[in-house]
Amino acid sequence: MIYRSHVLVCGGTGCTSSKSMEIIKLMNELLRENNIENEVKVIHTGCFGLCEKGPIVVVYPEGATYSRVTLEDVKEIVEEHLVKGRIVKRLLLGDKDAEDVSKALEEVGFFKHQVRIALRNCGVINPENIEEYIARDGYRALGKVLTEMTPEQVIDVMKRSGLRGRGGAGFPTGLKWEFAAKAKGDQKYVCCNADEGDPGAFMDRSILEGDPHTVLEAMAIAGYAIGANQGYIYVRAEYPIAVNRLRVAIDQAREYGLLGKNIFGTDFSFDIDLRLGAGAFVCGEETALMTSIEGKRGEPRPRPPFPANKGLWQKPTILNNVETYANIPEIILKGPEWFASIGTEKSKGTKVFAVGGKIMNTGLVEIPMGTTIRQMIYDIGGGIPNGKKFKAVQTGGPSGGCIPAHLIDTPIDYDNLIALGSMMGSGGFIVMDEDTCMVDIAKFFLEFTVDESCGKCPPCRIGTKRMYEILDRITKGQGEDGDIEKLELLAKNISSSALCGLGQTAPNPILSTLRYFRDEYEAHIYEKRCPAGVCKELLRYVIDENKCKGCSLCARKCPVNAISGEVKKPYHIDAGKCIKCGACIESCKFGAISKMA
Amino acid sequence: MKSLAELEAIREKALKEINLRDNTGKTRVVVGMATCGIAAGARPVMNAFVDELNKRNVQNVNVTMTGCIGVCRLEPIAEVITADGVKTTYVKLDPEKARKIVVEHLINGRPVKEYTISEAE
Repeated sequence: MIYRSHVLVCGGTGCTSSKSMEIIKLMNELLRENNIENEVKVIHTGCFGLCEKGPIVVVYPEGATYSRVTLEDVKEIVEEHLVKGRIVKRLLLGDKDAEDVSKALEEVGFFKHQVRIALRNCGVINPENIEEYIARDGYRALGKVLTEMTPEQVIDVMKRSGLRGRGGAGFPTGLKWEFAAKAKGDQKYVCCNADEGDPGAFMDRSILEGDPHTVLEAMAIAGYAIGANQGYIYVRAEYPIAVNRLRVAIDQAREYGLLGKNIFGTDFSFDIDLRLGAGAFVCGEETALMTSIEGKRGEPRPRPPFPANKGLWQKPTILNNVETYANIPEIILKGPEWFASIGTEKSKGTKVFAVGGKIMNTGLVEIPMGTTIRQMIYDIGGGIPNGKKFKAVQTGGPSGGCIPAHLIDTPIDYDNLIALGSMMGSGGFIVMDEDTCMVDIAKFFLEFTVDESCGKCPPCRIGTKRMYEILDRITKGQGEDGDIEKLELLAKNISSSALCGLGQTAPNPILSTLRYFRDEYEAHIYEKRCPAGVCKELLRYVIDENKCKGCSLCARKCPVNAISGEVKKPYHIDAGKCIKCGACIESCKFGAISKMA
Repeated sequence: MKSLAELEAIREKALKEINLRDNTGKTRVVVGMATCGIAAGARPVMNAFVDELNKRNVQNVNVTMTGCIGVCRLEPIAEVITADGVKTTYVKLDPEKARKIVVEHLINGRPVKEYTISEAE
């Protein structure tokens, strides 16, 4: 069926939670009311990336992109734009008066600096329609591999492309496949790690929601390369939209004969099943993930043997991350040289980041490796809100570290980030401004690892807990001389003795903040002072006698009666009773109350 | 899926359906769809453009709408704008004329002179 216009509505998790599904429903009703339901088609897509401005609605063929669309706006879009051809300028993203609205959008900084390979279909196709994926060259790479290439040639292409694992550690994908291809075994497996667990990271979710078939296609290619006929996708049960779209995609691929027996009329057969994870962070670690797929408690085991030789059910297995797979069909179709021409010397291609924290354009971006932190924050991210100063960026989640403001011109790639004491990780990019306490941030990530430690090995189970206790004391003003040294010793011992990646990298948030913000630790310990004004126990609330008019409002607002005084004379706060809730600051009309670090 | 040819057939059919989401380097047919245009019968004209382009498998043309072009007495009006910006304005259209413009102008590259605004004036 040919329509004159397509309306694409973002159906990612972010926009869905701001009512994009209701927008679709209402729009369809209004199209019927205006008798143009046979002319205009409404489609839900994956994430467009600019989650901050969601829900996003794009009208083709004009390419008009509307942002922050509410249910109240839908009628205007239908009656003005779709019936009468008048673009609703007030909702447009980008230059509202541009002659060509789709070109104007390309000029928006957020999109201008991106290169979309893994996200090429996100926001462009309907993820629940396999034919739209096929229209965008979907499954052609699989066809090419099965009919024109040997498994050795596929592995050679992967090696020459320079693709490295996007899950965090950056292991060369071609090499991993080669190990598994050479391993002897009657049965081999291909697994996909979709157990995205870093706080603030949502790259894999968006790919699964926006373009599930690319993962299926790449897994089949991997199966052919190593000689496997079965794949498993291990995906978090907390991603209901992604799980549902994967199910739809697998069913459609089977129906079209793109999964199953004798694909493209060859001897190659391959099928994929889903396994849902219950949300344990450690199950993102490869050996724990496979143990969990086997139906056992998700705990890691020592390596070697590596999964390429003894993985799932003791059979040779490869495990790649969602984003790694999403690059593979394009590499096959456009060639390894094309892919290797993007990026830096040792980090090829692009990387998807989930940009969050103190930044204007929260969202999902894909940048060529080698883009600097400054470009990410200011050109793409739109800078820091409220005119605050940039202090640091946290990458790599609980395994990574904080990179301080003076290193803002560092090009982002695997090796640079590791040299700075952080890591690429899966792609979390959390921006912090001057109001962030770095000791508190380290404590936040440590609390996460303490919670998520599986408890199998003592360095992680006990060591991270001890580190957390020390950090907790420091932030409460009970830090002692020698605490920093204790943290450093514990960190060194834990990273060298823990069983798996979770424990080995758990001290990184502490080590990197100690490296760049040691003075903040020292201020907490020796001066009992939190320079950023975050740690409650180290703050004092005081009333400026010169500004206080004695109106008594704060005293009435104080929930613990810590403020006293005589009307029309300056009031004061009893530090012993004060619980530092901040209610008095909010109530004061004269700006007389402040926090003292 | 038995062969690459089978995949290619699905691809071509599906590409036709999502073709309008790509507007780089394409000729645009812009139909005036303000109250004056709609009253004069612009909607069947626009649908005739879409239908004829599809029937004849033309991939490099998108049909879009605009508001009032300004000469309401000559509605329905449509402008054909090529990728390099050459503009031809057609006036007093009906579905038959639209179909002829598709064949003559958009496929064979010969503007239909008698329907243009300069002839009507």
